[in-house]
Amino acid sequence: MSALTDLTITSARAGLDAREFSARELTEAHIAAAEAARELNTLVFETFDLARARADAADKRLAAGEGSLLEGVPLAIKDLYCTRGVHSTACSHILDGFEPPYESTVTENLWREGAVMLGKANMDEFAMGSANVTSYYGNVINPWRRQGDDKPLVPGGSSGGSAAAVAAHMALGATGTDTGGSIRQPAAFCGIVGLKPTYGRCSRWGLIAFASSLDQAGPLTRSVEDAALMLRAMAGYDAKDSTSVDVPVPDYVAALNGDVKGLRVGVPAEYRLDGMPEEIETLWRQGTEWFKAAGAEIVDISLPHTKYSLPTYYIVAPAECSSNLARYDGVRFGLREADSDLTHMYERTRAKGFGAEVQRRIMIGTYVLSAGYYDAYYLKAQKLRTLIARDFQTAFEKVDVVLTPTAPSAAFAIGEKMDDPIAMYLNDIFTVPASMAGLPGISVPAGLSNDGLPLGLQLLGQPFDEARMLNAAQFLETAAAFTAQPAWLTERAG
Amino acid sequence: MSGYRIQGESGEWEMVVGLEIHAQVVSNAKLFSDAPTDFGAEANTQVSLVDAAMPGMLPVINGECVKQAVRTGLALGAKINLYSVFDRKNYFYPDLPPGYQISQFSQPIVGKGEIEIDLENGETRLIGITRLHLEMDAGKSIHDMRPDATCVDLNRAGVALMEIVSEPDIRSPEEAGAYIRKVRSIVRSIGSCDGNMEQGSLRCDANVSMRRPGAPLGTRCEIKNVNSVRFVMKALEYEALRQVEILEEGGKINQQTRLFDANQGVTRNMRSKEEAHDYRYFPDPDLLPLELDADWVEQLRQELPELPDAKRQRFKTEYDLSADDAGVLVAERETAEYFEQVAAGRDGKLAANWVMGELFAALNAAGLEIAASPVSAAQLGGLVDRVADNTLSRRIAKEVFEIMFESGGEADAIIEAQGLKQVSDSGAIEAVVDQIIADNPDKVAEYKSGRDKLMGWFVGQVMKASQGKVNPQMANDMLNKKLNG
Repeated sequence: MSALTDLTITSARAGLDAREFSARELTEAHIAAAEAARELNTLVFETFDLARARADAADKRLAAGEGSLLEGVPLAIKDLYCTRGVHSTACSHILDGFEPPYESTVTENLWREGAVMLGKANMDEFAMGSANVTSYYGNVINPWRRQGDDKPLVPGGSSGGSAAAVAAHMALGATGTDTGGSIRQPAAFCGIVGLKPTYGRCSRWGLIAFASSLDQAGPLTRSVEDAALMLRAMAGYDAKDSTSVDVPVPDYVAALNGDVKGLRVGVPAEYRLDGMPEEIETLWRQGTEWFKAAGAEIVDISLPHTKYSLPTYYIVAPAECSSNLARYDGVRFGLREADSDLTHMYERTRAKGFGAEVQRRIMIGTYVLSAGYYDAYYLKAQKLRTLIARDFQTAFEKVDVVLTPTAPSAAFAIGEKMDDPIAMYLNDIFTVPASMAGLPGISVPAGLSNDGLPLGLQLLGQPFDEARMLNAAQFLETAAAFTAQPAWLTERAG
Repeated sequence: MSGYRIQGESGEWEMVVGLEIHAQVVSNAKLFSDAPTDFGAEANTQVSLVDAAMPGMLPVINGECVKQAVRTGLALGAKINLYSVFDRKNYFYPDLPPGYQISQFSQPIVGKGEIEIDLENGETRLIGITRLHLEMDAGKSIHDMRPDATCVDLNRAGVALMEIVSEPDIRSPEEAGAYIRKVRSIVRSIGSCDGNMEQGSLRCDANVSMRRPGAPLGTRCEIKNVNSVRFVMKALEYEALRQVEILEEGGKINQQTRLFDANQGVTRNMRSKEEAHDYRYFPDPDLLPLELDADWVEQLRQELPELPDAKRQRFKTEYDLSADDAGVLVAERETAEYFEQVAAGRDGKLAANWVMGELFAALNAAGLEIAASPVSAAQLGGLVDRVADNTLSRRIAKEVFEIMFESGGEADAIIEAQGLKQVSDSGAIEAVVDQIIADNPDKVAEYKSGRDKLMGWFVGQVMKASQGKVNPQMANDMLNKKLNG
């Protein structure tokens, strides 16, 4: 394993600026790593030649002293992002062969900053899933394994390919999207940093939509500083997205100082679940101790509508998806299962093109929007959503950030929880509330489970206050000093 | 109140109609994309990625369309809602790429209003406007281009429409026609819709039910997508009789969506209530609620051009026109503007007569709109001047007009070139009159013996002898003097 793949984005950028290695060498090292890691199934479409070309271009700019924020940095891009002329299918059969003639705003921003695309990362189909097992291209294997157990584990989802690629040192960073936890939960399962910005911080233009009022782009990286750097490149107002917000994007890296003295850290009582594994509870308590020891103030807070978050989410998100996915009808692009009449063409195309989980959510969404059920489900869910957001508003009058576990368990084995959608949905219990409220959240690897798997702690911030949240996250990162490596890496190194 | 009634075996039936007018917004681009909206472009050449609902594409509201909707609301005397919401109306059809139409359901941009319609018998009636909302049009499915497939043209997909919904205040086909014409005249006068029904930029759905006069509302049927005033009236006449026939036989009206077949003059069932779509309306999460600034709305109100009703009132007083004539002249903005140019500094009635008489007849015969008139308003004004100052007799003026319409040119130049000037020189007229009297001693004798009616004959002779160029009033006076003096 080349040392170049063990760098962070920040250290790689410094190395490039110091001409210790070229962007081409950096990219070649990651291509080699990606080729060696194909069995993890993290990339559904490799763009290695494109990566080499971009790396060469980056080298020219670096030589001319014109290196940008992410110049020459190889990244994996979630397949949900539309990338011009390149496979963009949201890992769904229904978008077979789709190569958009346009580039998403966020990836365009990344390329403008000099980043290099290694390939399109595997994901749950249309970002619907928490284990990356619903992808049309097959499941992703988490580079981590339990101690003394060879069972392959899930990487979490839906940004499972992105998280596993970063954890396996195939990419310096990756883009993900988070609708109910799809960045933070896989980051926790893979022992890396995952950041979901405030809703409206990054443009959704060119992101294949799952649930429009929740979807948000964000980075997955191996350090908080890298996340700060990537977010700066990705974020910004976009007139093409009516829900993007026109506020300045600060220099998040410059704002990192590790000082949390006087920071008010909220700990919500409602996140203490019955039957939650002791190791999660212990890690959470440990997190508060670290903050306390550094001079932060721990404040007990209440978010009383927390218990409604998951049921509300599973009304709002499917409702939006049932409408957003109507465009996949076999008429203009992607899969078409021809038939003699229109209705049968629709039925056959959508039955074949969508996987079981996507079909389930389309049906739930169609149901909750139907005449006679709208008020009882969708409307009530919207009202609860307002109350959930209000809970946070009230809490943020007393605290600056909120600290919780990221997920109720460590990564589980492929095959577990598969026959019970509800058990699968519970993975997002700690991440969904902030999504419903549109708040920024970040998962930081903070410890190991009893069987040696990474566990994450989540910090939530106030709207557009990612800077303060990132600073707290960096403190947590330093305090936790998480250095464990996934089995997949250590076995190859050793 | 209109006296329109359908006489059944068992008594009278009253018609109750509410209309939904879909008016295409005149704008620079589509409602949620920057694609152009020109009519008649080659298929699928005015389609953006948003219109084609490509993955990841997002709608962005076009401010120009919002402005036009607000202006129209103001012109309809309606309440402007400073807060409105765009909803998705979900249904599958190949000419609807996203699988939903973005429309406004429970919170439209314009609320209640009222307009006055004018009926044949000179009465007026107030018709309530329920609401106006913005929505995007669908594309066009073409079923007869290929035997094995339906083709889709997305040029129209995403074009902004204003749906203007009336209260069920309309009681007869005539009122329906007058209502549509009034709405059309209003949107045309402010330039928010070109009102062209043949090109489909103004279409109409009619909700019709029948009841005993004054009784509660009956079950209605909706007649979809009728594209001319005449067809709406015909469809309503047919539908009234159809429903009355069912009701007279003791039957029940099934709530249906029906289509008007213009060739047969009948309506046909398209789908019944049971087959109706469940559109699953919900607020579009890609769009924020639309919030308008009250001052901006007020500014638009100030900037509205004069509306047809106000203009008609002004024409009546300023140009001393009858209500009917004023009504005809204000129906189309272009006509009103043309007329006002002709009438400027001239006799309004004379100007109106020329515009509505010679000009309308000639345009009609040539199949031209007034905007394409070969005789400009300034030119017609020049001709009217020569009539007013007695340079031309009415008959010669008509000849001059015909020449102007056929070959162009200014009235004065034509008069000069053709020597058509009316003779008003009394010496010259006297010579002609004397000649006629000298040549017709028998007629003179007859006249003097009491046949007063011969005066007309003498005038005719004078006109004939002068090829119509003599001022007829002067000829008359001169003859009077000579024969009766």
